[in-house]
Amino acid sequence: MQNHYSIWKNISIILVFLISIIYSLPNLYGDDPSVQVSHIVNKLTQAQASDIETTIKNTGTPLKTFEFKDGRVLARLTSTDDQMKIADLLRDKMGNNYTVALNLAPTTPTWLQSIGAQAMYLGLDLRGGVHFLLEVDIDAAVKQAEERYNDDLRLALREAKIHYQNVSKDNGFIKIILKDANDKTELLALLSKDFRGLTVTEPEAAEQVWLKISDADAREIKKSAVAQNMTTLRNRVNELGVAEPVIQQQGVNRIMVQLPGVQDTSRAKEILGTTATLEYRLVDTEHDVQQAVAGHPPIGSRLYYEKNGNPILLDKRIIITGDQIVDSASSSDDDGRPSVSISLNGIGASKMGKLTQVSIGKPMAVVFIEYKNETRIVNGEKVRHKEKVEKVISVATIQGVFSKRFQTTGLDSPQEARNLSLLLRAGALAAPVDIVEERTVGPSLGQDNIDKGMMSFFVGFALVVFFMAVYYKIFGMIANAALAFNVVIVVAILSMLQATLTLPGIAGIILTVGMSVDANVLIFERIKEEINNGNTPQSSIFSGYDKAFATILDSHFTNLVVAVVLFAFGTGSVKGFAVTLIIGILSSMFTAITGTRMIINWIYGNKHVEKLSI
Amino acid sequence: MKTTTINFIGNRHIALIFSGLLSLASIISLATQGLHMGIDFTGGTLIEVGYQQPADLNALRLKLDKEGFEDATVQNFGTAKDVLIRLKLQDGVSSADLSTKVLDTINKDVAQPASLRRVEFVGPQVGDDLAEDGFLALLYSSLAILVYIAWRFEWKFSLGAIIATFHDVIVTLGLFSILGLEFDLTVLAAVLALIGYSLNDTIVVYDRIRENFRALRDKSTEEIMNISVNVTLSRTIMTSLTVLLVLVSLFFLGGETIHNFSLVLLFGVFFGTYSSIFIASPAALMLGISPADLMIPVKDNSDIAHLP
Repeated sequence: MQNHYSIWKNISIILVFLISIIYSLPNLYGDDPSVQVSHIVNKLTQAQASDIETTIKNTGTPLKTFEFKDGRVLARLTSTDDQMKIADLLRDKMGNNYTVALNLAPTTPTWLQSIGAQAMYLGLDLRGGVHFLLEVDIDAAVKQAEERYNDDLRLALREAKIHYQNVSKDNGFIKIILKDANDKTELLALLSKDFRGLTVTEPEAAEQVWLKISDADAREIKKSAVAQNMTTLRNRVNELGVAEPVIQQQGVNRIMVQLPGVQDTSRAKEILGTTATLEYRLVDTEHDVQQAVAGHPPIGSRLYYEKNGNPILLDKRIIITGDQIVDSASSSDDDGRPSVSISLNGIGASKMGKLTQVSIGKPMAVVFIEYKNETRIVNGEKVRHKEKVEKVISVATIQGVFSKRFQTTGLDSPQEARNLSLLLRAGALAAPVDIVEERTVGPSLGQDNIDKGMMSFFVGFALVVFFMAVYYKIFGMIANAALAFNVVIVVAILSMLQATLTLPGIAGIILTVGMSVDANVLIFERIKEEINNGNTPQSSIFSGYDKAFATILDSHFTNLVVAVVLFAFGTGSVKGFAVTLIIGILSSMFTAITGTRMIINWIYGNKHVEKLSI
Repeated sequence: MKTTTINFIGNRHIALIFSGLLSLASIISLATQGLHMGIDFTGGTLIEVGYQQPADLNALRLKLDKEGFEDATVQNFGTAKDVLIRLKLQDGVSSADLSTKVLDTINKDVAQPASLRRVEFVGPQVGDDLAEDGFLALLYSSLAILVYIAWRFEWKFSLGAIIATFHDVIVTLGLFSILGLEFDLTVLAAVLALIGYSLNDTIVVYDRIRENFRALRDKSTEEIMNISVNVTLSRTIMTSLTVLLVLVSLFFLGGETIHNFSLVLLFGVFFGTYSSIFIASPAALMLGISPADLMIPVKDNSDIAHLP
């Protein structure tokens, strides 16, 4: 039999079609602007949830639905204005240990959700939000490790009673100069026991040993610095309250952070990029500050400056550092000044306890340390400049013994107190980061892009459909059906893969619409030729499809190669373009060849045909 | 459309001279003027803001000048209400904060502040990386296609296809250079897509030439090429028309951000169609292609294979 598909072939094509329709359905449902509330660690209780619900209802804001599931609350609202309002309200109400995030909750019916059907994942250029590319200064991480080794070595030597003249860093080496060359064997034994990460070099001078962080160790340090930074960034982003953030490593030392829906980029930048921490030190009251200002700081002390510019001498020994802080919250002290309350871990608490016991009446200073990054261009060369900004934010007399919990004041604004407590809670960055790329899209532009993309899609689609119908008549209509089928498949696959749809991605779909009729044009032209050569309609259809097949394969394959290369090398929105192009090319081959053939077989197959409407 | 009998191959010199001049002009412009690279490749900051009313660009420029952003370029983007501000990588200013500072500056002491529509900041290193990746993508896709065509066809064909494609790319880039349009990442993506499209067109013609080399043994190479170009002509034009239709829709309705992207493809599809008709076949002919190159040793029975 000619021009006839088996029942199984028909059924499988129709099945593909039906499945595609079902999985593309979620895209027809919109989103509800909603607010999501959760606790950082625990689950919310029913009582808390009800409390939140009452709070929202009391404002008179129309509430679509209120869901309490898995210890989290999702309040669906009717407008983005309400969303902002309610989110601010809940943030104030819930305080620090809760995350209040803005979210766009899909309105997909549950039966679709239960089979895993979701709407396409929209890229930042369509939904609005911020994209950051952060570069981790991994060399700084190695330098920090060197510093640590330097300190640890001194300590270890002292403990092992190995007398040294000097331990110093020099040009990537840590140089140990012993007092007595005879101690060298003992030193080497110690090094091979406790400092395996260091490569030992023995220079000619017998009393010296040079150490260097081994390449393997340095690699490990760099790797863990990036990994640690990822964790910290994730913590910080969670604190910011962003729904569906994306945090991914890119290459060796870059981290991509995408925050959909975030508008306040300056705060996001502050939170992500800064390395801020606190140190507590005793004030040196015995020495003269002016001498230190003149360039002669006393041994054991360091010169700092207070916020108002006054010089102050602080003890070199740190009481506690930021990494001993386990929790912190912004608050205000009795006089209403912004402050940060601090909770220490066991070690920090005992250190603080011991110190305050013996130091009542002495002043203690809080040093706020921040690393700032700047990229400057000097003589045409790009120079990355890192500045460690240290300022004494408060000096207070120790009034009594305290250890685990206390407050620190001296911050400029409640905002600064909030940021600092957030940074302390989320943990410090293992190595400084630089923002090397930023792409922010406002919500209005995102919606604009969607509208324009859809508009040009529908107009382009209509033009092609009209053109094909006029030129190829019935056959053109069949090609149009295949074209529509193709778009449904592309949307379904994009939804199933949860691949990111971007504006260039929409352009890719539109382009596919224009190009996917190409296969049909090839086939139809071939059929016309066969008819002109005097063949019967039935055999013309058969050989038209048959002969055009190899050409379609060859010509589509080149497009596919380019799309795959584009996918491999493209970034962000360009990748979105490549994805839709790849899916579009593949599915168009299926619909334009198999899909149209099925319909043509239904219409013309197995019967006597005088003339084709082509 | 009735099958035409235009003597494309016989009159190939006209097209070749035209294309030669066009390519030369493009190369000269690319060499002297270069491409107007966007911040994706140069690094820098771009800020798009929206106003309720048409914006006063001069006032904005003055304001930015006063605050020390002397090298800022301010222009409308799409409509009179949308403004695009571009800044080069700045000397001695922390680059990541730049956008915030600019927005603060233009919104200082105004009744109706501008709303932020878009910020793009690309650091110098990232710009270099993006340019490098883009160049590599161009290189690898060309290589991959070269290998594929050389495998599927014959080296003279694949070289011919590459010549035709490079012609399209150079002329399109040349037009971009002459018109001073901005070349950014999406435009690069469009150039790559154009490579795929232009080849697609050429391959359809080559496919038919190959088929006819085997089927029409009594005709000369030139005759066969002419026949092949003529019978595929309606397909070539039809496909280009449908693609042009969607591109026109994208160009006029897709918004400002996608403008140059669709423009590249519009140019590209136009030249791709032209080159697959006028350039690809003559190129293969001049490289000395002949039916003997494609003879397969196995018995050729393609003429009777498809009879019912």
